[in-house]
Amino acid sequence: MAFVASMPTRRFAAKPGQVIAVSVIALFLLVFLIIPAGTVIYTAFTEKGTGALTVVNFIDFFNTDLFRRSFFNSIYVSGMSVVWATVIALPLAVLTTRFDFRGSLIIQTLGFVPLIMPPFVGAVAMQLLFGRNGTVNLILNDWFGIRLPFMEGLNGVIFVQSLHYFPFILINLSTSLRNIDRSMEEAAQNLGSSGIRLFRRIVFPLAMPGYLAGASLVFVKVFDDLATPLLLNVKDMLAPQAYLRVTSVGLTDPMGYVISVILIVVSIFAMWLSAVAMRGKDYSTTQRGGGGLAKRKLSRGESVIAYGVVALILLLVLSPHIGLLLLSFATVWSFSPMPDDFTMAHYARVFGESSIYIKNTLIYASLAGLIDVVIGGAIAYIVLRTKIIGRRWLDWAATAALAIPGVVLGIGYLRTFYGITLPGGTPLATLWVMVVLALAIRRLPYALRACYAALQQVSESLEEAAENLGATKQRTIRRIVLPLMTGGLLAGFVTSFSTAAVELSATLMLIQSNSDAPIAYGLYVFMQSPAGRGPGAALGVIAVVLVAVCTLLSHYVIERRQRAIGMNK
Amino acid sequence: MNVSINKPALSTAAKAISISDVNLYYGALHVLKDINLEIKPGEFFAFLGPSGCGKTTLLRLIAGFNTARNGKVVIGGEDVLNMPSWKREVGMVFQSYALWPHMTVARNVAFGLEERRLPRAEIDARVQAALALVGLEKLADRRPSQLSGGQQQRVALARTIAIEPKVLLLDEPLSNLDAKMRVEVRRELRELQQRLQLTTIFVTHDQEEANTVCDRIAVFNEGRIQQVGTPMDLYEKPANLFVANFLGTANILDGRVIGSGANRTFEVTGAGSIPIPPGTDVPAGAKLVFRPQYATIGYVQPGWVSLSGTVMHCEFLGATVRYGIAVGTATVMIDVPFHSGAGLLPIGSPTVLGLQPSSALWLAE
Repeated sequence: MAFVASMPTRRFAAKPGQVIAVSVIALFLLVFLIIPAGTVIYTAFTEKGTGALTVVNFIDFFNTDLFRRSFFNSIYVSGMSVVWATVIALPLAVLTTRFDFRGSLIIQTLGFVPLIMPPFVGAVAMQLLFGRNGTVNLILNDWFGIRLPFMEGLNGVIFVQSLHYFPFILINLSTSLRNIDRSMEEAAQNLGSSGIRLFRRIVFPLAMPGYLAGASLVFVKVFDDLATPLLLNVKDMLAPQAYLRVTSVGLTDPMGYVISVILIVVSIFAMWLSAVAMRGKDYSTTQRGGGGLAKRKLSRGESVIAYGVVALILLLVLSPHIGLLLLSFATVWSFSPMPDDFTMAHYARVFGESSIYIKNTLIYASLAGLIDVVIGGAIAYIVLRTKIIGRRWLDWAATAALAIPGVVLGIGYLRTFYGITLPGGTPLATLWVMVVLALAIRRLPYALRACYAALQQVSESLEEAAENLGATKQRTIRRIVLPLMTGGLLAGFVTSFSTAAVELSATLMLIQSNSDAPIAYGLYVFMQSPAGRGPGAALGVIAVVLVAVCTLLSHYVIERRQRAIGMNK
Repeated sequence: MNVSINKPALSTAAKAISISDVNLYYGALHVLKDINLEIKPGEFFAFLGPSGCGKTTLLRLIAGFNTARNGKVVIGGEDVLNMPSWKREVGMVFQSYALWPHMTVARNVAFGLEERRLPRAEIDARVQAALALVGLEKLADRRPSQLSGGQQQRVALARTIAIEPKVLLLDEPLSNLDAKMRVEVRRELRELQQRLQLTTIFVTHDQEEANTVCDRIAVFNEGRIQQVGTPMDLYEKPANLFVANFLGTANILDGRVIGSGANRTFEVTGAGSIPIPPGTDVPAGAKLVFRPQYATIGYVQPGWVSLSGTVMHCEFLGATVRYGIAVGTATVMIDVPFHSGAGLLPIGSPTVLGLQPSSALWLAE
């Protein structure tokens, strides 16, 4: 034993193949993430025309009434979205994890449905359901003579965003709640605590890290989102302002870049804040000698209330989807609680004229997913299995993409690659490949986590056994590591694919012609005009179905594979 | 409450525990079967048994985390079976310690007192007293994650004692400690229990732990109490094969009873027969049981009975040599004291086994 332990470890010298892999990845991240982001930041700090370094742009920003208002609106909308997302997610998370609650699986699944549709798509349907003359307000007006301003101005953005992003809190909070060992609660009961007090003093503090992780994610996502406020015609927020400056005033206007920098800074600040709050608080308490999870039974009265609350929340959460579905079949739907009549015409039109959107989406999203899995898998392998100097930097750089909002990346690509033209005369920035690369960069951090998880499941001794029997590193990777990672890589691919398929922020900046546009862009174009709403909704339904089918299919494949090789416990 | 000036006393009045006719099911699974048990005030009592025997289930029933369909659990004269756990005043130390990571040591210990809405000054005094009792006054402001396993265990103990529980329940308290700490902590536990005179139940699967610290032991198997007694009782007079086998090493020989009355003999399968002392109670299907140290090899003392066998293997253990002797179809273990210069018996050689009749037991499953 002692001999084995004192032997030098095997991976000091980097193999040429590894060096090449590291270089290629580094180059990719440099050209498509760091340089564009750096260009945006640099431009924000240079004087227009002269190119001298200055902070005058930022002084201008804060001296402009519109920008100041946009800034505070963005903060307010993000904050309130977190509050409302919490109101939605908290009861769902607590009921499904801490109680013996029938339908937990359905709730946990349905809870994720909002994520497979871009929020702005739901926004239009939400207008029809909750707007000033929407279904709910028409009914309220009929019965009580009141109207509630669900969708007025910033309220609308908050409403749509919290309905869309609450799953982030639900997922993280549920995970945290599930990780609390029952002995934690039992000890408190044993010492005389019960009910709400027990929840407040023990359970919630222990779940806090998960909650904060989810809440900061919601904050950042809402803060960076471009399409929802645009579609709801709310322009005095930061992301829409950045977009409008660049598209209407032009690429040389410094304000777009200043806003971009502020978006980045606030994103990083929110993530840093949650990281600080969570430091040293890995409260995962399921442990040796623990008793697993405590699930309490509900009394009859509690059940009635609980099911009522859950039903109400789910109805609310699914209302954008229901509205969209209605809209996609509606002939005319205006000033009435329900559409006047139903038709298949919108679907016919979408399949007739707009199948190009679907085709483009499939191509872009699969390419982006593929790039993510290849690069993510390579980074995971390099970080976990080699000792190459600087390997951590690859990880950090790839993860840094989290802090770059889609709008900012889009602006960065335009600025960086616009000057570079192809032989035909088209600028590099407007080539459809750029959309793919932007999507790949944006989704890389998520795919990377999936790849890490997949590789960590593969015991190193399995590789050592292969090498011991005479397989080279490359052949070990091909014959042992990759087959065992397939499930995880597929999961990473699906994450990238399904979110890339509905992403709009970066796409909106980079797409120049309809023939290159993916579904999200097509949706956006359709949804701009009242006449386009029907076909837009049909396209939205198709997108939801597309993503849902792909996700379910891959789940099925992963499950089957895991079972086949006995990795399921 | 009696309060002294130097040390605010943690007052405890020893309570008896009486459990009668308790049955517990997990769905169709019958986990506790007809449990009847009397634990005396101030007793240090062990639940001993292999994993899955029901010992922890019964402990959690007493603490109020499981409910029985019928029966009674009376603590200090009060039936607590239908009382929620937070009203029982039954202190439990969890196997995992269950210290809350978001609170300091002092806050952990204060928790139960705060739940009782005691005045701040009294809480502080009792937290101090409880921490002093386990020798951790200096670590009051630490977080549980900054403590060693042994220290965490003491915090868990202090937290429980601080509420002055009627009885103390310890669920495998030593299982997360290393071997050396285990011996140390179990002595401390015994000492503390003696000082507080607190009725204590100790759940363990380790017979050595139960033997060394407890006044009496209940041996569990498959949801039933097999036997209750002092450690020596259980070792010397096990009620059945399970108890004999679970506590210490036991040699078990198959065979059958021949004859009747004063002339009964026990024919060991394939190895001759030995007389059964008159008046011995031999249950149906009984097997011959004896401890490794109650037999001799190579000679038979006067009045002892003999069996022939073959030396199969031998292990030198220092103070003793343990021989494996094939007797009929079985192999028995015999411990022989080692004397300097003495040789070992050669493997494969035939030999004779001497057995003291009074140390032989006939036990059934």
